[in-house]
Amino acid sequence: MALLADLFFQFAILFCVAFGGASALLPEMHRVVVEQKHWLDDATFTHLYAIAQAAPGPNGLVVTLIGWEVAGLPGALAATLGMCLPMSIVIYLLMRHWHRFAGHPVQLAVQMGVAPLAVGLVAAGAFMIGQAAGLAWGGLVLVGLVALLQMHTRLHPLWLIGLGAAAGLLGWV
Amino acid sequence: MPRVPAEPETPQPAAGAFSCTPPSLKELFLGFSSVGLSGFGGVLPFARRMLVEERKWLSPEDFNSLLGLCQFLPGPNVINLSVAVGARYRGVAGSVVAVLGLLGGPLLIVLALGALYSRFGDLPQVQGMLRGVAAAGCGLLVATAWRMGLAVSAKRVFLPFALLVFVLVALLRWPMPVVMVGLVLLAATVAHLYRKHHGAAG
Repeated sequence: MALLADLFFQFAILFCVAFGGASALLPEMHRVVVEQKHWLDDATFTHLYAIAQAAPGPNGLVVTLIGWEVAGLPGALAATLGMCLPMSIVIYLLMRHWHRFAGHPVQLAVQMGVAPLAVGLVAAGAFMIGQAAGLAWGGLVLVGLVALLQMHTRLHPLWLIGLGAAAGLLGWV
Repeated sequence: MPRVPAEPETPQPAAGAFSCTPPSLKELFLGFSSVGLSGFGGVLPFARRMLVEERKWLSPEDFNSLLGLCQFLPGPNVINLSVAVGARYRGVAGSVVAVLGLLGGPLLIVLALGALYSRFGDLPQVQGMLRGVAAAGCGLLVATAWRMGLAVSAKRVFLPFALLVFVLVALLRWPMPVVMVGLVLLAATVAHLYRKHHGAAG
């Protein structure tokens, strides 16, 4: 029970500072789940991230998998609820008043200031995953290749994930 | 941004509503289910298509305004958006149903994959494959960060903040809540001054 409450609160706190979506949270998830709580090791964290990548749905579902791995089905539900609940309540209470605040100088300033922070967080997420996976040269080449293909072609990301899976299966990563 | 005068506390604000008939709980559930199951690595484009183009529950302006709120606040953006749309039409029950629709299908899939992982995760082939997928995911994140970076306005002023966040969070491993609370205040202050100096054009 204490573990479930801990899962709920850790993810609730995490998502209250989640600017830039779930990918931006990867470094903090890793810090809490692997380094601080020792719920998972580096390899498992990487694997769960990969599974969430390859499944349909919102990015945040890696949270569900972490909960599942730590404490089974109740853990999955506690972690998912922690992710959704706090900000859902805030949104519910604020949406009615949003039109009065939208366009206000303070809102525009915060929006402008948060954008570069989100960039740094997503880049940190990429760094974190690369580091936790312990990528060798082949892996780094794959990272670069996927990034270039994603930026310069209109290939569906699922193909790039398939490419990664094939390269990994062949032991190149 | 259209400024609607303060409206009275009505449970279902009809002002600016785009749809002729508000969706029922069942329709909300089904609509968001289709969104949740259609995207890989982010479902926001599918949410827009369903809400604005297919079901016409929101006008393009309403969508942008609600999304503005959901992206302005922290948290999982698409989940926030489904809460807002559900609440708009069916109150608390609508929000709950919309989120359940959005997450239900993907949750079951992810849990099934998690069960498979518990069973077969020790096989070297599976581990190799997942490492490869993680590397590909890392590449996708690099591309996302790059694209978001290109969209930042006044790069010389604001991109150093991105670098600062990267150093503090990725390299120095500071706790993110501390970093974010400090830097949001600082970056917003700089942005406020910048907008004042440049005639609020940015």
